Amino acid sequence: MAEFSLPKNSKVGKGKTVAAEGATNTRDFHVYRWNPDDGENPRMDTFKVDMDTCGPMVLDALIKIKNEMDSTVTFRRSCREGVCGSCAMNINGKNGLACTTAIEDAKGAVAITPLPHQQVIKDLVPDLTNFYAQYASIKPWMQTQSPTPEKERLQSHEDREKLDGLYECILCACCSTSCPSYWWNDDKYLGPAILLQSYRWLIDSRDEATGERLDDLEDPFRLYRCHTIMNCANACPKGLNPAKAIAEIKKMMVERQG
Amino acid sequence: MSKGNRPLSPHLQVYRWGAHMAVSILHRATGSALAVGAVLLTWWLVALATGHEYFATVQGYADSLIGQLVLFGITFALMQHLASGVRHLFMDMGRLYDLKVNTLSAQLTFVFSILATIGVWYAGYKVMGVL
Repeated sequence: MAEFSLPKNSKVGKGKTVAAEGATNTRDFHVYRWNPDDGENPRMDTFKVDMDTCGPMVLDALIKIKNEMDSTVTFRRSCREGVCGSCAMNINGKNGLACTTAIEDAKGAVAITPLPHQQVIKDLVPDLTNFYAQYASIKPWMQTQSPTPEKERLQSHEDREKLDGLYECILCACCSTSCPSYWWNDDKYLGPAILLQSYRWLIDSRDEATGERLDDLEDPFRLYRCHTIMNCANACPKGLNPAKAIAEIKKMMVERQG
Repeated sequence: MSKGNRPLSPHLQVYRWGAHMAVSILHRATGSALAVGAVLLTWWLVALATGHEYFATVQGYADSLIGQLVLFGITFALMQHLASGVRHLFMDMGRLYDLKVNTLSAQLTFVFSILATIGVWYAGYKVMGVL
């Protein structure tokens, strides 16, 4: 059953305010904080960041906060150019990558919380164990029975084009954690990211396990909890459309019944 | 690393609403409201079959201000559910997934349901000679 409010230990309190010294042009960053070691509830800290010496992206501000204002602020980041998907978080109510979200696009203060409805390990770092386990469950690799050819398995240009809009997914979990259906059923529903990946293998002309893959998805929860709310496609930082991919899987399900 | 007391990150509390999200939850809410509305309509029909006096009593409830507000609500629920249902039909066929078109279609369901509700009630009052 869906729980719309946060459990007692997750209610977010007011935190401290840290101001940059001698800065004249500042912007407020409200950052979700939770420390696993002090037994306290989460809180929102406010950092008044000097915008004259800050880079353009939200990640630049976070790194600046960590370097200059509070070294205990914890978040994941790596490539800083929208390729790795590590810095996925909720920025002003919308999931996205901190490294490709411009501070300029926010009006006024910037509120940053972890990816929604996830167990928090620390500050902005969510536990994505379930997400990765669901990814493994769809067997995201090519499955074949036909004899291995001497060279590579060939694919026509047309068949290759079917993978466009799917292969670009970086598994940042922005879409899955934006989905209310996934919030309420993340133990049974695979969620948009994993279903987009699933479709990526379903329509790959070289894969020979299409039937088995569809069998695995024929379940009241795994696929059919998608109610086309469309938060996924609106959140995707790569401009992909998981909802469309899920619709295509549902169509394949109907078509194979003849 | 302690694992026991990990908090759940904020979800509905922080997520920014859009027309696409509102139309989705309203489809469910109006569907539930229509189920209750169907019970009320059945009550009205049962009253009709029971006899003149009882029907007059139930009709009196429906004519009251609260009764009319409930009926107005049911009309809106029907129109909104109808419009978002048609939108769902297109989405089940794999249409309306382009983000701009999708948001526009969500907004259009509201335009339709509000106009249709007002239209039905305007026509109703006109027929009754109230307006």
